Amino acid sequence: MPPLMIIKCHHPARDVTMKGPCRVRALLKELNLLPETVLVIRNDTLITEDELVADEDRIEIRPVISGGAGADAL
Amino acid sequence: MRCKRCRATPVAILLPRHHTALCAGCFDQYVIGQVERAIQDYRMFRKDEAVLIAVSGGKDSLALWDLLHRLGYQAAGLHVQQGIGGYSEISEMKTRAFADARQLPLTVYALANEYGGGVPEIAETARRSACSACGTLKRYAFNKIARELGVHVVATGHNLDDEAARLLGNLLHWQTDYLAKQSPALPAWESKLARKVKPLYRLAEREIAAYAVLRKIDYMIDECPMSHDAKSLQYKGVLNQLEQQSPGTKQFFYLEFLRRQPLAPPASAAEAALRECAQCGEPTTSELCGHCRLVAPMAGVRPLPGPFIQLHQEP
Repeated sequence: MPPLMIIKCHHPARDVTMKGPCRVRALLKELNLLPETVLVIRNDTLITEDELVADEDRIEIRPVISGGAGADAL
Repeated sequence: MRCKRCRATPVAILLPRHHTALCAGCFDQYVIGQVERAIQDYRMFRKDEAVLIAVSGGKDSLALWDLLHRLGYQAAGLHVQQGIGGYSEISEMKTRAFADARQLPLTVYALANEYGGGVPEIAETARRSACSACGTLKRYAFNKIARELGVHVVATGHNLDDEAARLLGNLLHWQTDYLAKQSPALPAWESKLARKVKPLYRLAEREIAAYAVLRKIDYMIDECPMSHDAKSLQYKGVLNQLEQQSPGTKQFFYLEFLRRQPLAPPASAAEAALRECAQCGEPTTSELCGHCRLVAPMAGVRPLPGPFIQLHQEP
């Protein structure tokens, strides 16, 4: 099996594999995610939507939105 | 791409709402600047004044604690353990680990110790939504425990997205009485109600998460399992769609709302009518406060038999 990007996603927690290379912006579009709602982390480093990600990269797409009682707790 | 401020590489984050891109160092300075401006603009608290931070273990509250500690404020933490299974256990663990690593004072208050059950049980018994019950219980605990600790200011990690979503919700339902309560700083009431402040109101949710990652803060990433259909999340979804098309929409929506209000809004009609709850003595606008109405159906519960913190304060 050829090397692929391994993308750790949350909500629900799962690993997704994709063929690289591609820009982070395109990756998020492929996953139907808005850049404003996530952070993209490669090897513990934040990367921007302009970065290129490639096969064998381990990437985490971390959601940033929280809600519920916290949103109107005061 | 280079940092728009210092020209360094790599860029850590793009900030479309400011038409800029920043390296990690300049982004850190940006975040600190926004928080300092929020505190100063609303005269939230002074450096010689104790502040109690409502800490959930999530990115916002831990980032706020980290920021206030770095800026030299006297910031202690209060964690309300909601009793929502593994989610609450991990949240408490991360909060304790954060405080221990920095030797910061933390008070942990478990709802189950007081009521015989957590948010799920209380909400079910009262036939209320979990988010509504949780909000009522936390507000009550924050204020009461702050008073018991002798702290006059309670700070929460509410961010720009939280406030914009709340404003949208209030406008959609024309809850105009609530608009006066959307200030980032709400005044104290006599000795009963602590001042409530939101030092992160100028920062977007994504910016705070980025700050937490860059500071290597180990926060609770998972969403509360009981909030998946919360209205606030729906409003945030709509606002983020708009933000994607027109960067700066959330900021303009909320900050312009604030700009059109005086910095220190007069007490709303509801605040002017505050009085003591007939059952527990806490501030309320009706005969019984929201907390006492909520917990009344809990069999065997007598609200507030004594001070919370005698049982729950950390050594």
